[in-house]
Amino acid sequence: MTSPEAKLVCRNVWKLFGPGAAGFLAQHNGRPDAAAISEAGFVGAVRQVDLDVREGEIFVIMGLSGSGKSTLVRLMSRLIEPSGGDVLFKGENLLQASQARMIEIRRHQMGMVFQHFALLPHLTVLDNVAFPLDIQGMSRAKREARAREMIELVGLAGRENAFPRQLSGGQQQRVGIARSLAVEPEIWFLDEPFSALDPLIRREMQDEFMRLQTVLHKTIVFITHDFDEAIRLADRIAIMKDGEIVQAGTPEEIVLTPATSYVAEFTKNVARAKVIRTQSLMVAADVTEQGAPTVSARTNIAEAAPLFLDGVTQIGVADEAGQIIGRLDRDAVVKLMLQG
Amino acid sequence: MAMQGAPMAATDAAQASPQQIRLPIAWIIALAAFVAFWLFAKPLLPAAFEFPKAWYVPLAKWISTAMKWLIDEASFGLFSFTDLTRFVSAVLDVPYTLASSLLSTGFLEGSGSSAIQIVPPLPWIAVIGLVMLLGHWLGGTRLALLAGGCFLFLAVFGQWTSAMITLASILVAAPLGVLLGLLFGIAAWRWRWIERLVTPLLDLMQTIPVFAYLVPVLFLFGFGPTAAVIATLIFATPPMTRIAILALRAVPGEIIDLGHMVGCTERQMTWRVMVPAARESLMVGMNQVIMLSLNMVIIASMIGAGGLGFDVLAALRRLDFGAGLEAGFAIVALAIAMDRLSQAAAEKLSAPSPEVRNSGLVARHPYIVAALILVLVTTVLGYVVPGIHTYPQTLQLSTGTFWSEVVAWININFFDTLEAIKNAMLLNVLIPFKRFLGDLPWLGVTALLAFAGYRLGGWRLGLLTAGLALFIAATGQWEKAMITVYLCGISAVLAALIGLPIGIFAATRDRVWSWVQVAIDTLQTLPSFVYLMPAVMLFRVGDFTAMIAVVAFAIAPAIRYTALGIRKVDPKLIEAGRAMGCTEWQILTRIRLKLALPEILLGLNQTIMFALSMLVITALVGTRDLGQEVYIALTKADTGRGLVAGLSIAAIAIIADRLISAGAIHARRRLGLE
Repeated sequence: MTSPEAKLVCRNVWKLFGPGAAGFLAQHNGRPDAAAISEAGFVGAVRQVDLDVREGEIFVIMGLSGSGKSTLVRLMSRLIEPSGGDVLFKGENLLQASQARMIEIRRHQMGMVFQHFALLPHLTVLDNVAFPLDIQGMSRAKREARAREMIELVGLAGRENAFPRQLSGGQQQRVGIARSLAVEPEIWFLDEPFSALDPLIRREMQDEFMRLQTVLHKTIVFITHDFDEAIRLADRIAIMKDGEIVQAGTPEEIVLTPATSYVAEFTKNVARAKVIRTQSLMVAADVTEQGAPTVSARTNIAEAAPLFLDGVTQIGVADEAGQIIGRLDRDAVVKLMLQG
Repeated sequence: MAMQGAPMAATDAAQASPQQIRLPIAWIIALAAFVAFWLFAKPLLPAAFEFPKAWYVPLAKWISTAMKWLIDEASFGLFSFTDLTRFVSAVLDVPYTLASSLLSTGFLEGSGSSAIQIVPPLPWIAVIGLVMLLGHWLGGTRLALLAGGCFLFLAVFGQWTSAMITLASILVAAPLGVLLGLLFGIAAWRWRWIERLVTPLLDLMQTIPVFAYLVPVLFLFGFGPTAAVIATLIFATPPMTRIAILALRAVPGEIIDLGHMVGCTERQMTWRVMVPAARESLMVGMNQVIMLSLNMVIIASMIGAGGLGFDVLAALRRLDFGAGLEAGFAIVALAIAMDRLSQAAAEKLSAPSPEVRNSGLVARHPYIVAALILVLVTTVLGYVVPGIHTYPQTLQLSTGTFWSEVVAWININFFDTLEAIKNAMLLNVLIPFKRFLGDLPWLGVTALLAFAGYRLGGWRLGLLTAGLALFIAATGQWEKAMITVYLCGISAVLAALIGLPIGIFAATRDRVWSWVQVAIDTLQTLPSFVYLMPAVMLFRVGDFTAMIAVVAFAIAPAIRYTALGIRKVDPKLIEAGRAMGCTEWQILTRIRLKLALPEILLGLNQTIMFALSMLVITALVGTRDLGQEVYIALTKADTGRGLVAGLSIAAIAIIADRLISAGAIHARRRLGLE
């Protein structure tokens, strides 16, 4: 179902704040160093970013505040004009698109969820969700039917006529999610969608998000400052610091081989079992012993471990089609978990 | 923040001590130099004391010439400037005629005295009913009763006709003001260069006294209700523009991102995202525009607005206190009704209301249906029973004679006391201060202002204050400006002396504060004209009367800012003070007042601004200051003279405003609040 094709590609993307940034970049062949930037009086919000987001994956950009992650996601949709570089969306260079073309792309192919929900206070839940469709000029009956569908999907059926201020934070973000999905976007940007929520609600929303993704298979760019959240949700993570990507890779790669001491700071308290997937620890095999339970290859060890409680010594690992691709041994799991 | 406040204040105070010794020395030297200059330089440099006439910049003449040129010769090719002003008048005349026909004159056929009424105006009962329906829709029974009561008051006391003329002007000016302000605000929000153009203009327009607007309007648009509507528009649009810019700017960045993300066009962005998202603040602006319009429509009676303002003005000219007070009360009633209604409207309209769908016409629009029925029934009945159409004269109460008698009684019994108070103040405070200020050398004052500006806000501020002072001197307004400064200064000091203790007293007592708040809110909604009547009644014309009116008008901000400043002091600090064993007095003087100082300074600033704006209006009771200059220019339609005097008042306001603001920032920094 997932193809390795890149949906969104950033090539040497820069955002410098200050007048004349584009000319400055050109002068330095598109790759000025940090000293030159600060000498010229620019602020390097995003520097030299190369990444590709593949069809159907959850690509998490993780960084602390001021690392440039929110700027980067806005460069991808050209909400902020990049100072230099290329942003290719399905092969089309967004930076060369006309304003009308950008409106067209955003209307039909992009969806975005915001940290503080960005719900319009004067509209009901139904009208908020239908708002992007209304802007496109869709008829009332059609857009409301679609909006109701989305509201149902995020579990808010019955609250259609409520106003945003009457909802809890978690419910408001569900509205934000429903709204961003209403246009059936091909790429879905989520800018710290759960950061403004309480820890318990955040957890619940993460589960909800994963459930939605198993149904929708969207291509997702997910921004967060929470490393645990990144590990929990990501297919791949890019870690940002001072506007640069310091490491990009799967959660396993990042936890097992942090590229810099900065990344190691984040990974050192993460239990390996929560990151490593059964796929990485299994022994390739196409049959398991009779009666052994099976888990998905994407499950992490911590989630699979309880299955051994019943005295089982072996678990089968299945791919997405349900085909057994390997087996997990109790001893290997115990060893990994004891290592912390 | 609170945790940091206390230690920072302490360390800052410790560090500041060497500076605090240095600072006064600079001031003392500057003051000493100033005094020495003032006392000894006269024989050496007479030009520093009286600005040489030969150096006067004939700005007034230039402006007048330019205005004449505008009217006589300016042309845009296809049409002349006069055509443009006539066109504007004609366009605005349409809604005004409609509103005034509905409310007061009825629809007429023909013109002048030969006009025949075809359709009568709305019956008074219908208007009261409509107001009550509106009140009920916006705020329930209480508001309906209050608004209805206010309008009934107008009918019972015989002010109906005048009040309806005033109301008609507002009904035209206020919505247009809101709309224009919103459009300007949007334009300034969208295009940087417009904002850069508009902001200084808004600053200036806010400080130019209301009278000064009237002069060019009178000159360009003539005398009459339409010109008054234009003046009102010019007066009420800037605050709405400012509020609109602020409101749009306050819309969260995420909402803007959302608008772009869903693919809004520029127009959709403005009208579907920004304006609705900002509407809560925009509604506050609407309330302000309505109240400012009322104020201006009253004052614009000088260029023919008619209505209640004209009644007050005429009564002032005749010194008919009874009639003046009655009209004044009517203005108060109208102001209260409009303020409460528009406040309720702001609340009602900014809170979203769920739509009711799929029901009949009557159920969906009960208020509109009721209003239509009311108008129809009363109009028809009005033909049969005249009392329904026009409030019966026999039922009218007139308190005019009563008030005249009260005044007479006061004058008979208290004349000596009042006269003694007035004379004592005049002889011991007002006149010496006036002489003192009049004596000062303009050059010395300018230099001192430059020094103060430099010390408080850097060389830019120094240049600004000196430049403005020089403007006043060079246009030959120095002497009158000093009279303005003296009256304004004394009034502001008095207002502060009365307002500060009230504010301090009310701040820590919630019950008292809630009452005081209602009182000053109401005081602030009243048009400035209203304040003149009682003062004139007791003290007749002159500087003292002007001072009383100004103090009464300017006291509200002094109270408000003091109380708010004290109430804003972090309760944790008070608690900390208690824990250290402070007495109540120590808490007040060492903690509350100290930390509220910046706020109190801002209050003082507002008090001065209010005092200046009222002072101009007191020209009507015979002051000799810049306000009088504007007033004279108004009666002669001398645009140059009026504008130059108006700009001089604005210059005084700007000097005071910038110096005090800089002082407040200074204080905030020293207290570690910034």
